[in-house]
Amino acid sequence: MADVAGAHEIRPGAEVMGGQQPIELMDAVPIRLTVNGRPRELVVAPHHTLLDVLRDELGLTGTKACCLVGECGACTVMIDGRTVDSCLVLAAEADGTAVTTVEGLAHDGELSRLQQAFVDCGAVQCGFCIPGQLMSAHALLVDKPHPDAAEVKEALAGNLCRCAGYEQIVEAVLQGAEEHAK
Amino acid sequence: MTSIGTSTPRSGGYERVTGTQRFLADIPIADVLHVKLVTLDCARARIVAIDTSAARQVPGVRLVMTASDLPQPVPRFGPQFKDRPVLADRETKYHGEPVAAVAAETEDAAAEAARLVAVEYEELPAVFTVAGALDPGAPLVREPALRPDDPLAGSNVLRVHRFGWGDVDGTSADLVLENTYRFPMVTQFAIEPHGFMAAPDGDGLTCWSTIQHPYQLQRALATILGLPLAKVRVVAPDLGGGFGGKQSPKFEPLVAFMALAAGRPVRLVLTLEETFQAVRRATAEIRVRTGFMRDGTLAFQDVRSDFLIGAYADTADRIVAKSNYVACGPYRVPAARIVARSILSHTTPSCAMRGIGTPQVNWAVESNLDEGARRLGIDGLALRLRNLPRHGEQFIPGDAPADGDWAQVVGRAAELIDWNGPLAAGHGRGIACGLKAGPTSGLSYATVRLLADGSVLVYAGTSEMGQGARTVFAQIAANELGVPPERVTVVMGDTSLVPFDLQTSASRSTVFMGTAIVRACADLLEQLRTRLSQAEGPAATAISVDKGKVTIAEREVSLADALRIALGKLGGELVGNGEMRRDGQAGHPLGGMPAFYEFNCTAVEGRVDEETGEIVINRYVSVGDVGRALNPAHVRGQDEGSAVMGLGHTLMEHYILDDGGRIRNLGAIDYRIPTSLDLPEEMHSEYVENEDGPGPYGAKGVGEGATLCVAPAVAAAVCSATGVVIRDLPLSPERVWTALQAQGRAAELASDSSPEHLRDEGQARPVPVGKGNSR
Repeated sequence: MADVAGAHEIRPGAEVMGGQQPIELMDAVPIRLTVNGRPRELVVAPHHTLLDVLRDELGLTGTKACCLVGECGACTVMIDGRTVDSCLVLAAEADGTAVTTVEGLAHDGELSRLQQAFVDCGAVQCGFCIPGQLMSAHALLVDKPHPDAAEVKEALAGNLCRCAGYEQIVEAVLQGAEEHAK
Repeated sequence: MTSIGTSTPRSGGYERVTGTQRFLADIPIADVLHVKLVTLDCARARIVAIDTSAARQVPGVRLVMTASDLPQPVPRFGPQFKDRPVLADRETKYHGEPVAAVAAETEDAAAEAARLVAVEYEELPAVFTVAGALDPGAPLVREPALRPDDPLAGSNVLRVHRFGWGDVDGTSADLVLENTYRFPMVTQFAIEPHGFMAAPDGDGLTCWSTIQHPYQLQRALATILGLPLAKVRVVAPDLGGGFGGKQSPKFEPLVAFMALAAGRPVRLVLTLEETFQAVRRATAEIRVRTGFMRDGTLAFQDVRSDFLIGAYADTADRIVAKSNYVACGPYRVPAARIVARSILSHTTPSCAMRGIGTPQVNWAVESNLDEGARRLGIDGLALRLRNLPRHGEQFIPGDAPADGDWAQVVGRAAELIDWNGPLAAGHGRGIACGLKAGPTSGLSYATVRLLADGSVLVYAGTSEMGQGARTVFAQIAANELGVPPERVTVVMGDTSLVPFDLQTSASRSTVFMGTAIVRACADLLEQLRTRLSQAEGPAATAISVDKGKVTIAEREVSLADALRIALGKLGGELVGNGEMRRDGQAGHPLGGMPAFYEFNCTAVEGRVDEETGEIVINRYVSVGDVGRALNPAHVRGQDEGSAVMGLGHTLMEHYILDDGGRIRNLGAIDYRIPTSLDLPEEMHSEYVENEDGPGPYGAKGVGEGATLCVAPAVAAAVCSATGVVIRDLPLSPERVWTALQAQGRAAELASDSSPEHLRDEGQARPVPVGKGNSR
């Protein structure tokens, strides 16, 4: 950077510190999870959430981080068949469970009917909320294979989207359900 | 078979439903440091001292940066004014403005250290309302020293914009109606929080950002760091929504300085709360004085708009100018006087948001039309149709004429809402028009490579943020070259790969970049023709290349065969370049005429739950004038999303500030945007296609129109259903209920002797007959 050093001179107070490594704030916790059918053994910090672990430890970044307080639904996953906001579940609490994320919906690269319906109906715009929408919709269809529009809207009420008017998302879930029934 | 006009599946749709689409926060960067901002819990403060010693002791902390660690004077940046410091410089000017930043090996360590940065500060009086900012004794938001030679430097008024024509004061009207309308502070709330990363890169820098304008960011960083443009690479991964909030640089200069100081990559992903504090739409108080003739013909408009922008200008002042320039809406208005002020305040810097200022102005002006219509006993639809210009008719003197059949759009909306049909008891209808001026200038370059196997790469500096530019560009290139869209890959979002594009804003990309792509394809096909001529020799005159259909001496040749002939033994590729330039016009109040208008008509049927004040929308209709829908599913998605975003500011969204100027509803539930349970019972979005736009195949820009006039249409329906007039947004249950109660009390007081069936909050000052200058 020698040729431009003057332009972004950093003043003395900002010297870069080196050497120290981050402390472990508390004792780490060993956990076992089955994630999308694959057994995983991990050692996690007790305060880290399932969302943290999925994204940062397992590299499963399909699950999105937005509000981090269980209000937006972007981080929705399934634990033992029930949807949860993974930002509200400590990773240690998920010990021994089976977790399904958006990465677990397609099989061998082939989209599930629900995923395909999202693409076909134009339900996907920016796509950031879509993993959460898909997980909530997937859970709905597992419980109730033939929902009506009102039930779909109720099931997706915790998944915020800012791009869409939700209509195409609801249509996609209904179409996915029909395909499901075929 | 062309894909133009078909709902071609979204490019990147597969990735987005499988979780493999990489948004900024999903991009792994080796050896990265995590950044956490240090902020104060007040709007405005004098920073006395910052003690970073405890923070530095946290294991894993590598850097703590304050303003004093930056070059002095602290570098400032901004798209219109260079007024925003990289970190707060001696004084914070809005709730959430960072005073320091920590970089550490882990997010935990960064968070812990940020908490331990001890800031000694003195809270100072702040202004966060129009009245407060305009008070002669108000503290000045921007230091006068930063406003040399500015006669307004001693006030919080940043700029005053004056537009108009005709003689308002000399124009007679049968009815003059003056009212003031208010629009709240709302925020873009892209579901993807804003994120920024930077890394030293050889003798330059790479910056990753959730940014709509990567080239604007490149220039900002090069300027502030003193680097050549070629040494600053900006990567803009596909955005998880933008809506204007991600147009201009925010914390990229900070992470750039931190990366260079640390000599390592750094990463800052804002929390949702921090995002709320970083971007918002301007609030506005708009006084409208409208002169009507008895038959509903408009005589004049006299508009005074006060936009409360934030602590730093960002693009806010431009927004004030552009939206108020079309304050009179899509109507013939013989005389107009528009005075619009951008007013600084100690609040989150406001910036572009879908519709850029037009929803605020439109709320006021359209609502006043409805108030006039009611007093004149004229139907709101009839009043609008009476004043709507015909296609090709100039309605703003000296400016671009009406570029669509707007009466057709309004007529279709009226038909879909069954405007003259019977209404159930307690139901009401409202209709409103919205007009937004499109881009006034622009410059987009595109490069198209036709590879040896007939597949295609398109390079475009537009940012994909959900609007579907990537898909539409693939459709355009596919159509021009005669290949299927799935053979086209569109490369975007990296200034080291794609040529310059001015902006991804103002619904411009289909028109501007789309045209550049059409031209790049034409350039490429011309080269193909030349190469074929050279290869074929004497038969050259009989070669024709039209949208990928190649004939040589009346023999049709597949594109693959033509490429084989043209490229010869060595293979290779053809590279075409295209440019779409629209220079502004000197002397034009906005710097240039709009390339197109976005016109929308929204119609609503609804009722009010009198127990709770909740508005129930039974039927919602939005009709846009799109020229040509290149991808109907995308157009629908944009229009419905735009409409529902409009329902947000109409029904529920607003920042709640406490008496110190702190935002008290930071967060998804406390702020509240529409969910799947807040939708109209029925929603119909349609568009009119007359292929009369300036873009490829007659397209116009879409995506903002449907948010422009939601509020006045809903408010008109509420008035039609209940008789109450509300001039402040949002039309929250509390506000509607309160208005209903006041109406009930007023009715009791007046017993049943009042001749007027309409009552309002007592704000209107109707003058039955008067001249424009009567008050």
